[in-house]
Order: sequence, then C-alpha cells, then structure tokens
Amino acid sequence: MTAPAAAQSGVAQEAAAFVARTVAPHADDWDRAEAVPPDVLRTLGTAGWLGAAIGPDYGGRGLDALSLGLVAEQFGRGSVSLLSLLAAHGMACRAIARWGSPTLRRQWLPEFAAGTAIAAFAVSEPEIGSDAAGVRCTAARVAGGWRLDGCKSWISGVQVANAVVVLARTDHGSAAFLVDAKMAGVDVQPIRGMLGFRAAMLGTIEFADCRVPDDCLLARVGFGFSHVIGDALDLGRFCIAWGASGLLAAVVDATVTRAQEREQFGAALIKHQLIQRMIADMVTDRSAARLLCEAAAEARQARTPSALMATNTAKYFASRAVVRAASDAVQIHGAAGLGPDLPVQRYYRDAKAFELIEGSNEIQQMLIARDAQSHIARETRKIILSGEGVV
Amino acid sequence: MTDARDRIHAFVSGHLQSVAFADEDDLFGDGLVNSLFAMQLVMFLEQDFGIEVTNDDLDMDNFRSIAAMAAFVARKRIEVPALATS
Repeated sequence: MTAPAAAQSGVAQEAAAFVARTVAPHADDWDRAEAVPPDVLRTLGTAGWLGAAIGPDYGGRGLDALSLGLVAEQFGRGSVSLLSLLAAHGMACRAIARWGSPTLRRQWLPEFAAGTAIAAFAVSEPEIGSDAAGVRCTAARVAGGWRLDGCKSWISGVQVANAVVVLARTDHGSAAFLVDAKMAGVDVQPIRGMLGFRAAMLGTIEFADCRVPDDCLLARVGFGFSHVIGDALDLGRFCIAWGASGLLAAVVDATVTRAQEREQFGAALIKHQLIQRMIADMVTDRSAARLLCEAAAEARQARTPSALMATNTAKYFASRAVVRAASDAVQIHGAAGLGPDLPVQRYYRDAKAFELIEGSNEIQQMLIARDAQSHIARETRKIILSGEGVV
Repeated sequence: MTDARDRIHAFVSGHLQSVAFADEDDLFGDGLVNSLFAMQLVMFLEQDFGIEVTNDDLDMDNFRSIAAMAAFVARKRIEVPALATS
C-alpha cells in the first residue's frame, strides 16, 4: 500500500486540525446534549466538509476516494455522531448528483455543499432494517407527481435536515425521491436515549398523504433500490469503515496514554503483561483496519469489481475491532472508564453502533462468505479453461 | 461490437457467482449477479466506453445480458460520437 499523495495528505491534515480544534473537545458535551449545535453545522459548511463528496461544479470539494476516507477517519476519531451526519449528508448528495434532474441538482447541491442546507437519507423503517428492498413506505402516482405514505426510522440528522432522500415502493418496483422537509404531510420526531451516536440527531420521519412533484424522483421507477440507494449505501459503508478506523485510533491513543500514566502494584499499567496483551491486540487491529480501508479506497478509486467487497470487508473488520478495543479500553481505564469525565465510555457506546449501521455485520458475513464461494468457483473455472488448452 | 462484448464479458466474469455464462444469458433474471452489482455495471460502462448512462437509459433491457449491454453501448456511441472516441 502506498502512502497518501501530498494532496490527500494535505486534506487529512486539514481535517485532523479541524477535528482537534472544533470537534473533539466538545464531543462529550454534544453526546450528553444529544445534539450538535447549529453553529457547528454552519462551521462544517464554511470549512467545506459538508461538500466533501460533492463535485466542484456545485461548489463541493469532489474529493477522491482516499481523501474522503481520510477525512471520515478524522471525524470518526473526534465524534462519530458528526461522522454519521456527514456520511448521511454525503450519501444523499451522491444520490442527487448521480440521478437527480438538472433542476433538482441546481436547486439543492450548491446549498448542500455550502452547508446552508442539510440532507438526510431515509431507508430504514420501524419494521424494516437489513431487508431494505422490502420497505413498506409507498409512493403512488398522482396528477403531477407522487403521493408518499409511510414511516422511516433511525434516520441520522433528520432533526435538522432540509431535505431527505427516501426509498419507497411503487406498483412497478422501488423508487427513490428527494423530499423537501417543509412539504405538507411530513412529520419529524426526534429519537432520544440512544446507546451510541447520541448526537447524530436521529429521528423518525412520517409521510402522510405527502405530495411531491415529478421532479423529485431520482432515477426511474424500479431502480430506486439497486441504483440510487444501493450505490449511496456503498459510499456510506465506505465512510463508516473509515470512521470505525478513526474511532479505533482514538481508543488506542487514550488507552496507551492511560496505561503509561496510571500505576498499580508499583508499576505503570503498561508494564503489566496482561495489559500489554490487550494493547498489542488493539494496536494490531488498528493497523489491520487501516490497511483494509486503504485497500477499499484504492479499489473504489479504480472502480474495480472488487470495490464493493473490499468496502464490506473493511467495514466488517473495523467495526468488530473497534468493539473489542473499546471494551478493553474501558477495562484498562477501570472505574474511570465508566465515568463521565473521560471519552472512553462514549467510545465504548459508539463502537457498538458500527456493527449495526450501513449493513449489519451479519449481512457483511453473508456477503463475504458468498464472495469466498465465488472466488473458488472462478479459480476452478480458470483451472478448467487452462487445462482445456493442454495437449 | 465483438470487442465490447469481450470487454463486458471480462468485467462481469470478474464478479460472477457462477462458473459459466453465455452472452445472451439474463444475468439479473437468472440471479447470476445481484442488485449491488448493478450500479458497478453502470459505472464500468461509463468509464470503459466513455458514455453517460442517464435516467432515460435505465431500462433493464439495456443491462439484462452481455449482448444487451454491448448493443446499448453501440447505440450510445452513435448518439454521442465525440464521447465514443475518448
């Protein structure tokens, strides 16, 4: 794996400085308040982070895959709640940029890039999670547009979103829409008391006889899940994998610092072999997660067929690794790790969510195992074909 | 056209969950590829053949098989000859 080029490294350093100054010192307060202050969201926009995944034509940065990953990693290190808002915003923007009408793109993308408007991405429903293709929210054809009915839940950033990408079912297959949050028939309710990602301003969004114009349809009917939502989820999963890698790095830093500073039985914790074992495991996991994320970025940038699976694998590994590491971090911190004065308890709570979001780990296991099966089939085919050429 | 078929076949082969398939096989209908691969296919066609897949092109008949995709690429290249040479 090659080191990031100067431009990518520059963006990563810029993100690191922003997170160290504007995010990390306040992340525990946001966690307790279950919200990110509006001025921080505005700052995110003026600093260009809300436009990270939007092309320059609309005022965004149009970052390449590795740069985007490095930025997500830094936000994961500082506040995964903020990372979640950024990822959902980026997913919605990607869907609009790729499949929205020219009018829709011109109307929304400059605002999303500048941070004067926030986007959310609504697929999950109270009864539908991993089986995203089975959503129950309906879209019915009416004169001049569509009528939406149904409920979406666990939607990051929906409390502050100005517009929401919504997956619905029609009589002719799935369809995705961009819905202005001010439309009649839209009702947003916050969800409080989450275990992790507490400041991601999650909520439910209910559509009741919500009429949206034709122009709000993204792509065509029948392609909502496969081409609009599936593609955006892949981007989200990529950012979440990098975010888990960033949180893992924060866990390692906090734990090594603590283990050096605290003494028990006359020696620093880090001198005790059982502590060393836990630290060795989390440090090794950190390196492995980072390498898998870099491999995913490389494949994504090159648009190779392996890109999807590389992202699935990186997300699967990084999310499991950060859960293990955060658990050990609390163990090493002792009671202080459970207390309110250190970020370690937040890390522990946030880590668990990574195993669920943007495709649960059980779904990742299924996909990775299937791909392993395909790999064997492909290799067998190569052997058969090469054997046919032997005289 | 044959060149396009070969290139698309090679790309799909790199992903397929099956040992063998023909250029006329219905990749989606026969379950050979899944919906997650659909968007990758669009990006591959755009990048490799210098075409732009628009909302109007989203018709399964354009993507159903290797032969259908090759024919779709050929039509798009006629529509936008400048892009086809890029």
